[in-house]
Amino acid sequence: MFLLEKLKDLGVLSPRKTEDYKKAWYKFSRNPFSVAGLVIVIVVVILAILAPYVTPYPHHAEFFVDFANANQPPSLAHLFGTDQFGRDVLTRVIFGFRYSLIMAATILVIVTPPGVILGLIAGYYRDRWIDMVIMRIADIFVAVPPLVLALAICSVLEPNLFNAMMAVSLMWWPWYTRLVYGMASSLRMEPFIQAAEIIGASKFHIMFKEILPNCLGAILTKVTLDAAWVIILGSALSFVGLGAQPPTPDLGTMLSDGAKYMPTVWWITIFPAMAIAVIILGFNLLGDGVRDVFAAEAH
Amino acid sequence: MSNTLLNVEELHVHFKVYGGILKVLNDVALKVNEKEKVGLIGESGCGKTTTMRAIMRILPWNAIVPKAKIYFKGKNIMKMSDSELKKLRRGSISMIFQDPTAALNPVFKIRDQLFDIVRYTNLEVGKNLSKKETEEEAVRLLREAALPEPERILDSYPFQLSGGMRQRVCIAMALASAHDLLIADEPGTSLDVTIEDQILRLLKQIVEEKRTSIILISHALGAVKGFVDRVYVMYAGCIVESASTSDVFREPLHPYTKGLLAAVPKLTGGGVPEGIKGRVPDYMNPPIGCRFVTRCEYAMPICERKQPRMINAGNNHEVACFLYGE
Amino acid sequence: MRLTTYLAKRIGYTVFVLIGLSILIFTLARVLPGDPARMALSPRAPEWAIERLREQLRLNEPLPIQYLYWLRDAFSGSLGESLVTRRDVLTDITEFLPATLELLLFALIFDVALAIPIGMLAGRKANTWVDNIVRGFAYIGVTIPAFVFAIIFLLVFGYVLQIAPTVGRLSPGVMSPPKITGLITIDSLITGNFSTFVDAISHLILPSFALALGPIAQEARITRSSVVENLNKDYILASISHGLPERRIILKYLMRPSLIPTISIMGLDIASLMGWAFLVESIFNWPGMSRYGIIAMLRKDLNAIVGVVMVTGLVFAIANIIVDVIVSLLDPRIRMIERAK
Repeated sequence: MFLLEKLKDLGVLSPRKTEDYKKAWYKFSRNPFSVAGLVIVIVVVILAILAPYVTPYPHHAEFFVDFANANQPPSLAHLFGTDQFGRDVLTRVIFGFRYSLIMAATILVIVTPPGVILGLIAGYYRDRWIDMVIMRIADIFVAVPPLVLALAICSVLEPNLFNAMMAVSLMWWPWYTRLVYGMASSLRMEPFIQAAEIIGASKFHIMFKEILPNCLGAILTKVTLDAAWVIILGSALSFVGLGAQPPTPDLGTMLSDGAKYMPTVWWITIFPAMAIAVIILGFNLLGDGVRDVFAAEAH
Repeated sequence: MSNTLLNVEELHVHFKVYGGILKVLNDVALKVNEKEKVGLIGESGCGKTTTMRAIMRILPWNAIVPKAKIYFKGKNIMKMSDSELKKLRRGSISMIFQDPTAALNPVFKIRDQLFDIVRYTNLEVGKNLSKKETEEEAVRLLREAALPEPERILDSYPFQLSGGMRQRVCIAMALASAHDLLIADEPGTSLDVTIEDQILRLLKQIVEEKRTSIILISHALGAVKGFVDRVYVMYAGCIVESASTSDVFREPLHPYTKGLLAAVPKLTGGGVPEGIKGRVPDYMNPPIGCRFVTRCEYAMPICERKQPRMINAGNNHEVACFLYGE
Repeated sequence: MRLTTYLAKRIGYTVFVLIGLSILIFTLARVLPGDPARMALSPRAPEWAIERLREQLRLNEPLPIQYLYWLRDAFSGSLGESLVTRRDVLTDITEFLPATLELLLFALIFDVALAIPIGMLAGRKANTWVDNIVRGFAYIGVTIPAFVFAIIFLLVFGYVLQIAPTVGRLSPGVMSPPKITGLITIDSLITGNFSTFVDAISHLILPSFALALGPIAQEARITRSSVVENLNKDYILASISHGLPERRIILKYLMRPSLIPTISIMGLDIASLMGWAFLVESIFNWPGMSRYGIIAMLRKDLNAIVGVVMVTGLVFAIANIIVDVIVSLLDPRIRMIERAK
């Protein structure tokens, strides 16, 4: 639509301009904590991708037994020591990053689009029947603490990594729906949306080209922070035995395995625990940085 | 010549912000005599409120005061102990904030807030009021601030009152402790014009009856014309002119004051008022010389190099401008 | 009077949500791939045993019928038989719930008692070293999940330093007080058994603190930032300029508005407490409903899983209603808006 583009150029329509990326990056890079978060995440991602090449004993990742070298304390040969089967803990931790990141990426890719779209629809059609239906269903999903629902859904499936990802995806969408719903239902009263409506823009255009771009900052922030959350959730599921199963080198599995050998063989537990903490810290710092950038923009 | 009540000299206030330091107040000096009504005029962001907050010692945490002498009845407020400050705030000076909505705590009833003030101001003079006496005093103060149905006001939350009523409540609170000096920071700006006029009339009547001094802050010269005895004009953190109200209107000296007067719309017509071109300078890197130099149509080479000092142009009319000598 | 109508509305909606939840969880437990009866027993279980369990769980009926049976039983006080304990799930839950509630209650006490003063302190000393230390620790607290804390506590305080017990609610040989509320601390105080009380507290400390650390960090951060925000608000400056005593300003005029965001977020923190309790109870062998739930989940005990989820939902809903009531008591604006509706 010509008129629409014209109005956009004049700044009458969507208040968001695409030229802000450099500015956003500048703001982001000014905060050392955000940059530290980004660095942690990048390092973890690279380690995970290159795990077979950077780890000292890649064949220790899954099933491997060498009882002669079991339960060795940290040394030069095994920086994080070895576990009860003689496997190198450092190798398994780095492979553990792999599973954590795969889990986070898969779940967020599955969950975000439907969650966001449902939120847009419910928010735009606020107080109509479709809003009622979507949001009441979302309310039911958040009526139990998320971890409990994830545990419950996992428990009725075969315990494995894939099913754990499906279970978490199934219960996670309402959080995106609720986030976008809140923003969309207030944005639709804004003059630039009403202007678009008056000149006859389609519902699709308004929802996806006008409202959605203004929610992207909040969505991106949530995705980053949720990556941390999903990793925690995944490790919790495998910790209790409802997620990834041994010998998969999942950080949660390693924790629960190691807990049996506490306190003498502390390194089997402590290093995976620290790995979880680091990866979560990274995503949290990054997420806070992303939030600050978009919050400053909103002012 | 009456006694000096408040004497501010060499007041400098800076603010630490993310990208550096804002040098907002630069060598501010002003004087208030007993029973005098003084106006402080300047556009928004020029440091009027900061000056008043410095006097009350309620600057925000990121404020730095590299230099300041603020004498109240001969005592330097900057060097007062906590108990002396408390005494000053409870018994001598009081401030009315610009926005009554922000100045009242949103989650407490007026009763809670006003009772505390009444109680502690009276404790300071050795009177331990009973609950009933506190209530009577609070009602009296609300009446003094021309509020109808004081009992109903007491039982309201701020958000249940209109803007004008909230400002009257703030005035009542100030009256509890303003025995010497009342500072009114644009008390009507956030209200509509007729209410603003009522508020200003009320304040004038109160200070004249109680014979207290007042500093009335405003961004418009016109608003203070019929009210104050003397005017200080402030620009970008500096006092640029000070004179009796009639002198300022008859013969404004500083180019900025002239611009302010030209910006007042006249009933006689003549189109849209001229206004002053440009904006307040960047406080992070203020001009080395006169801070008005970037906007001044009479700017001379010396104005960029040197800061003008206040000089007496006769009849206690002071101005900080090289047009009138050094 | 108005509060009661508000409460009635909230409770009505809660009933709707809980029925929705029961449909959701009930359906998921039966629709998802895999034969629940076969999974509950073992893959090698004889066919007749599986068939008997299917019969018992009414798995051969159409799903809506199964649900209606379940609902009817639920309203008549039965949540079905547990495969593990061979008792009614409701009986099991009433036995194990008090231990979980006691744990959550202590975690909440820790939470409120620490988060608010720490947050207020950090906010008042904003941008000083005190604040930086608090912010650093708060970040760690937000970042590290409760079950990792639980393991670290177990290792450090339980095994290495040996300053607190790590298993169960009472030391072996200590008699449980007669059951009045089911909360050992309270029951032992009521019956005047002080040594049991001390023993119960010592067992509570590690698990409840491991649970509370996350919410403490979260709420301290929120309290800090709202204190910083409020400290620069005109109404606080006005209180100072009126010469009110500092204590009164902080404990009255600053505290109440600053606590509103903190208390509002507590609903979410309670969710995290209740969720992590499932892991923390397992780690500390705490004989509560959450550990019962984990065992049920690992054993595919369908009736118990549905029962535990429903009771968790109920407790969570009650906690949320309490939080909302407290917030509306603190904030008259919310109260008035609710009334206007």
